[in-house]
Amino acid sequence: MDLVSDILISFFLVIAGIFGLVGSFGMLKLTETLQRLHAPTKATTLGVGGVLIASMLYFLLEKGSFSFHELLITLFLFLTAPISAHFVAKTFMQANTRQDDLPATGRDYGWSIYEDPPSRSDEE
Amino acid sequence: MIARIFPHPLLSVVLAVVWLALVNKVTPGNVLLGAILGVLVPLVTAPYWPRRARIGHPVKVAEYILIVLWDIVVANVQVAAIILFKRNRNIRSHWIAVPLELTSPEAITVLAGTITMTPGTVSAMLSADSGSILVHCLDTDDPEAVRDQIKTRYERRLKEIFQ
Repeated sequence: MDLVSDILISFFLVIAGIFGLVGSFGMLKLTETLQRLHAPTKATTLGVGGVLIASMLYFLLEKGSFSFHELLITLFLFLTAPISAHFVAKTFMQANTRQDDLPATGRDYGWSIYEDPPSRSDEE
Repeated sequence: MIARIFPHPLLSVVLAVVWLALVNKVTPGNVLLGAILGVLVPLVTAPYWPRRARIGHPVKVAEYILIVLWDIVVANVQVAAIILFKRNRNIRSHWIAVPLELTSPEAITVLAGTITMTPGTVSAMLSADSGSILVHCLDTDDPEAVRDQIKTRYERRLKEIFQ
């Protein structure tokens, strides 16, 4: 039983290590900023997720107690990762892309960093 | 009366549960403290929640979470494969404009977060009237298919949950 749980925990740790490594490698390998943004938002999620699953299994199988902290870390990670990615993307685009580079919005108004939102009174 | 003490019942429950998970021990004292937080925080922050988000059926919410979790695993493998096995000049990145049918800010926030976490896409910007969302796609031959997938797989479900 101990061996099985050890193998299971190691398995998740190895998976996590591989994805963490690939995510970091992606940051180096890809050339455009917006492409590089994809590496940390995705590959790293599974990297951190693997470590957290391994940690939960460790406490559950070896220590016999259930730990909620990992679930919270996962929750906070999923809440914060897209937001920071969004900030990076917007900051980069504000300095480096022009409206002509982007596809049309298909609406009456342009993309939000180039145009002000319609005022409330227009909406209602 | 009850509505005045609990302006946002769901938020109260979430706060209490998160508090218990943070201290990682369920004792009467911790439950009490969690309950106090669950009452106080929504009361104090009520002015910042001018509109209440309506959440649909819990089964639909659970279904959505499971689908997104599964997609995150798939996304990780796909992006890892692209990083490892594709040459940089063969990676075709696209901008995609996705028209939105969702109107509530909460639903659009969840959709933008989902897009960022799932296969090869990062949400970058909203149009000024929040009627469409700009998505950067890492590698695709068919931008239309990506747009349709976002609309059918995520937006349709979010519409059922939030509206």
